[in-house]
Amino acid sequence: MSTPDVQAAVDPLDEAALDAAVEQALAAISKAADLDELKAVRTTHTGDRSTLALANRAIGALPGPDKARAGKLIGPRRGRVNKAVAARQAELEAERDERVLVEESVDVTLPTARTASGARHPIELIQERVADFFTGLGWEIADGPELESEWFNFDALNFGPDHPARQMQDTFYVGGTETAGDASTAAAPGTSSNLVLRTHTSPVQAHSLLERGVPLYVACPGKVFRTDALDQTHTPVFHQVEGLAVDRGLTMANLVGTLDAFARAMFGPEARTRLRPSFFPFTEPSAEMDLWFPQKKGGAGWIEWGGCGMVNPNVLRSAGVDPEEYSGFAFGMGIERTLMLRHGIADMHDIVEGDVRFSTQFGTEI
Amino acid sequence: MPRIVKDWLADHVELPADLTAERLAEALVKVGLEEEEIHPAAVTGPLVVGRVLEQVPEPQKNGKTINWCQVDVGPHNEDGKPAADGGTPRGIVCGAHNFGVGDLVVVSLPGTTLPGGFEIAARRTYGHVSDGMICSPAELGLGGDAGGIIVLPRDMGFAEEDLTPGQDAIALLGLGEEVLEINVTPDRGYAFSYRGVAREYAHSTGAKFTDRGALTGAEPAATPDGFDVRLEDGKPIDGRVGCDRFVTRIVRGIDPAAPSPEWMRSRLENSGMRSISLAVDVTNYVMLDLGQPLHAYDLARVAAPLVVRRSAPGETLTTLDDVERTLHAEDLLITDSPDGSAGSRVLGLAGVMGGESTEVSSVTTDVLVEAAHFDPTTVARTARRHKIPSEAAKRFERGVDPLLPAVAAQRVVELLVEHGGGTADPAVGDVGEPVATATRGPIMLKATEPTRLSGVEYTPEQVRSTLEDVGCVVTEARSDASRPESGPVETFAVTPPSWRPDLSEPADLVEEVVRIQGYDQIPSVLPKAPGGRGLTEEQRTRRSVARALAEAGFVEVLSYPFVGASDYDALGLPADDARRRSVRLANPLAEDRPYMRTNLLVTLLETVRRNVSRGLSDLAVFETGLVTRPAPDAPTAPALPGGTRPSDAELEALAAATPDQPRRIAGVLTGRRVTAGWWGKGRAADWADAVDAARLVARRAGVEVTVAADPTHLPWHPGRCAKLEATDAAGRTRLIGHAGELHPKVVDALGLPARACAFEVSLTDLVTVASGEPVAASPVSAFPAAKEDLAFVVDAALPAATLREAIVSGGGDLLEDVSLFDIFTGEQIGEGRKSLAYAVRLRAADRTLSADEVRAAREAIVAAAERIGAVLRA
Repeated sequence: MSTPDVQAAVDPLDEAALDAAVEQALAAISKAADLDELKAVRTTHTGDRSTLALANRAIGALPGPDKARAGKLIGPRRGRVNKAVAARQAELEAERDERVLVEESVDVTLPTARTASGARHPIELIQERVADFFTGLGWEIADGPELESEWFNFDALNFGPDHPARQMQDTFYVGGTETAGDASTAAAPGTSSNLVLRTHTSPVQAHSLLERGVPLYVACPGKVFRTDALDQTHTPVFHQVEGLAVDRGLTMANLVGTLDAFARAMFGPEARTRLRPSFFPFTEPSAEMDLWFPQKKGGAGWIEWGGCGMVNPNVLRSAGVDPEEYSGFAFGMGIERTLMLRHGIADMHDIVEGDVRFSTQFGTEI
Repeated sequence: MPRIVKDWLADHVELPADLTAERLAEALVKVGLEEEEIHPAAVTGPLVVGRVLEQVPEPQKNGKTINWCQVDVGPHNEDGKPAADGGTPRGIVCGAHNFGVGDLVVVSLPGTTLPGGFEIAARRTYGHVSDGMICSPAELGLGGDAGGIIVLPRDMGFAEEDLTPGQDAIALLGLGEEVLEINVTPDRGYAFSYRGVAREYAHSTGAKFTDRGALTGAEPAATPDGFDVRLEDGKPIDGRVGCDRFVTRIVRGIDPAAPSPEWMRSRLENSGMRSISLAVDVTNYVMLDLGQPLHAYDLARVAAPLVVRRSAPGETLTTLDDVERTLHAEDLLITDSPDGSAGSRVLGLAGVMGGESTEVSSVTTDVLVEAAHFDPTTVARTARRHKIPSEAAKRFERGVDPLLPAVAAQRVVELLVEHGGGTADPAVGDVGEPVATATRGPIMLKATEPTRLSGVEYTPEQVRSTLEDVGCVVTEARSDASRPESGPVETFAVTPPSWRPDLSEPADLVEEVVRIQGYDQIPSVLPKAPGGRGLTEEQRTRRSVARALAEAGFVEVLSYPFVGASDYDALGLPADDARRRSVRLANPLAEDRPYMRTNLLVTLLETVRRNVSRGLSDLAVFETGLVTRPAPDAPTAPALPGGTRPSDAELEALAAATPDQPRRIAGVLTGRRVTAGWWGKGRAADWADAVDAARLVARRAGVEVTVAADPTHLPWHPGRCAKLEATDAAGRTRLIGHAGELHPKVVDALGLPARACAFEVSLTDLVTVASGEPVAASPVSAFPAAKEDLAFVVDAALPAATLREAIVSGGGDLLEDVSLFDIFTGEQIGEGRKSLAYAVRLRAADRTLSADEVRAAREAIVAAAERIGAVLRA
């Protein structure tokens, strides 16, 4: 560095010398390459021992009239130098800040998930979506026990003890209560508990009618059981949603309207349904419900989606409701089937095996 | 389920000539007879009539003799010319010998597909190229297992002059038809017959229907010398006798060798029934045709009287399927009376299956025909009890037209006379009076009822004519008695036809009107519900909790609720653990898993194992579901009838007998909770993750829980198990669940990754404990906080929660937050001691705290801590 530590004293009235000092200072300031250099330049050219500071100090010794003139000569010149320092300071700081940010840059494409993502099971999610549709219609959502008395599962629904339909379903019957692993606590063989694992969500119909009374608009999603072995399309433990509306003046037209709206909610605005005559003990008239399915294998077509009908008068009577005054409709469909259709799931094993890779595809909303 | 052969159906209803099985299915499904399957034609390709021109026996090394034949197949000959026009016959190797030169046989040429998908091609065998196959009945699916090929005039009754070499044998033998199989619902027993299906086809299409099951007048009345039959049901079920009608006919002098006519065999085979003998074929044929199950006895082997009665103790019967069966007191039996001992020998299970002793055989010439009407319940129970889903039982349990027996028996007699050369015996038996028809009164149907239930406007005339089409007798009752002929129709009195026992109340008739008029006429009208209350607190909590766990990285899975004792053994549960008290299924899918789970972990851990076995070892999974906790000495559920509301006491009894089924949520963590990556090695899941998840569940349910050690709760590690408790509205402490690390022995027994952790919490209890009240908000203070760090030395065994409670109580209202930021043990602290360092934040709601106030609060905290033996660390 060529700048001397102590600058030569100049005459405070020597304008040319003062200008030279300013020029020297400005040149040094603009040459300062970084903040450290600038700091040294500032000391040299604005510090106590700088030319301008010394000239300034010398003013005091001047005679009166010269004092004012020298003040006017030196003040603005010091100001120019100080301003230049400040400007250069700001410039260099900005440069430094920018450099730091560049130096701090990272590879933003690196993996970021330090904990694995969680997910809901789609069977649960779709039941929630079903519930949301029905609560949106002003219906309520009812739950019921999975282990039921035969009365609720069958008799209340017009399946008499010898009704052939009671044989249509492959029912898990309850033997009794015992201590697992201790045969001595088992019930005597042949004793009847009159309990079953519910074969459909329909017993919730009877519970709801008895507990809530009429008018009644409820949907009941839930788990049901039949003695089918697990294969691509069957599982012994599966889910249904049951709908039941009982009110004055309800008709099959209301049933069709509800099913159409539900189909659209599940499968989009193009979805529609049709009814075919069928038989269920708890409805009369009864119908199978088909869904128009554009994605059907081998071309768009109708596929079975569930059963439905007008609530059988005997079911209303079982719940103490007068079938002459009230009418109602009921319907039920498989949740697994709905899920498989909606999401193109080919194999039931994926749904029931609990492999986390299956659930993870669905996240927390479907 | 029944198969529908078109030309047979055409006996009952007019069908378009070009009707396909698919179109037939479409017509039937509209009225409720669903397609089960369309069975493809049994045979396709060039199956033709051939004449054997040469037959050269060639003994083979293996001892067999084959025939090298030249067979004329007319235009199908190699050169396209019949032998008569100088064409060259085809060479075919045949192993059978029951034919000769000049015989007309059935030849499957290369390109033919036979039943079972057997494709015929020219092939080299026994030193020749065999250019096709001469067929046996079995190869064509025509039944019969005797060796030998079909000679058409000899075996099938065709006239020689009707046959020409090269003629299509598929049409000739009725092998080329696609056959529709339909599914008949339990209420429509009459559709288990061509008569019933034809009527439904007529309903669907309007085609002309002829009822061949109606009484024609040709049926002879009972004669005094009719076969002696006694109906002696001492134990009717629900007041209904097991047999209310029994018609017998006798045909004598039948040629035992007479074959069933080809058309009958073909129709039976196409309907899925094997041809057996003329007498059996005829009874089967009439059953399929009209729906009346029939039985043919060898008259010579039956000793009058026939007695229809319930079984006596110790009786057995060997049924036609060669199974000896021990009979049940409710079984209704057909018995006869050898040696004058009335009803002493069991001949068959009424309406279900006959026995061997009186079966018609190859020497039977005189046949006794039974056409009876049995009670559906009796037959259904017997068929179920003995697991015999016979064709007869299928029909009787769904209800058979009680007026059919005489008509059906007459048809059997006519067919046996015509094709067996027999003579109808003038003796006719007909005992009993059909209960069903005798007691059924008309159903009163309001004319507006179909419209009320369907939402479709039907005129009274439409209602009436539709019900008449169904076979009902309909009379009108008008509202204005003074103008009985012209006022508006108010009510119909409807008497259902004899073949519709399912029609018993107005709703049943409404279904008939609506389905026959067409379900497609029903408009779509969304009903307006009065407005509900949204989801219940429990339903909302379930969602909130599940979503919170998913957002915290847990994956929801489902597992089957079936467990075995060994599953509890693996969890280390002692023999007297309450969680072993289980509901046992009478018919479990797997005998080693007969119990319903009493907790979720037991099945969730199985799911974890499956994931681990698939190479997924860093797991955080959870499941929500019901568990079954039967009470000791719970009462048995009463068996109650349907159709009436049970009394409140009965409903309570049902509820008391139904085991408690609380909803639980459980989770399992294995492997790493924080994955390894560029940021470092990650972190293994530990007990604290499990406890934190359980706390999260409680927090989302709006319940504040306290956590304490529980050293005795398997399957958890005795030193790393927390129990969660909460206080209910009544001030009682309730156990909510457990969380922590699993016992190493359990981890080992289940083959889980080391240090697996788990929690299980009762959602039902959480919801019960949660106040459900809206949160009462506290104001947020904007005054500055004072922060103090305090380290206490305590006994190493002192739970941190205890010290925290002391700090909270000492800090009083000013304490805003307290958090443990360091735990330290070491020489400086002393053996058996630990240092716990807390950051405490103090703040007042209404002012800036003065230095004196902060100091006083700090001293109060220290004093509270000292009271439980803590020493402030200098």
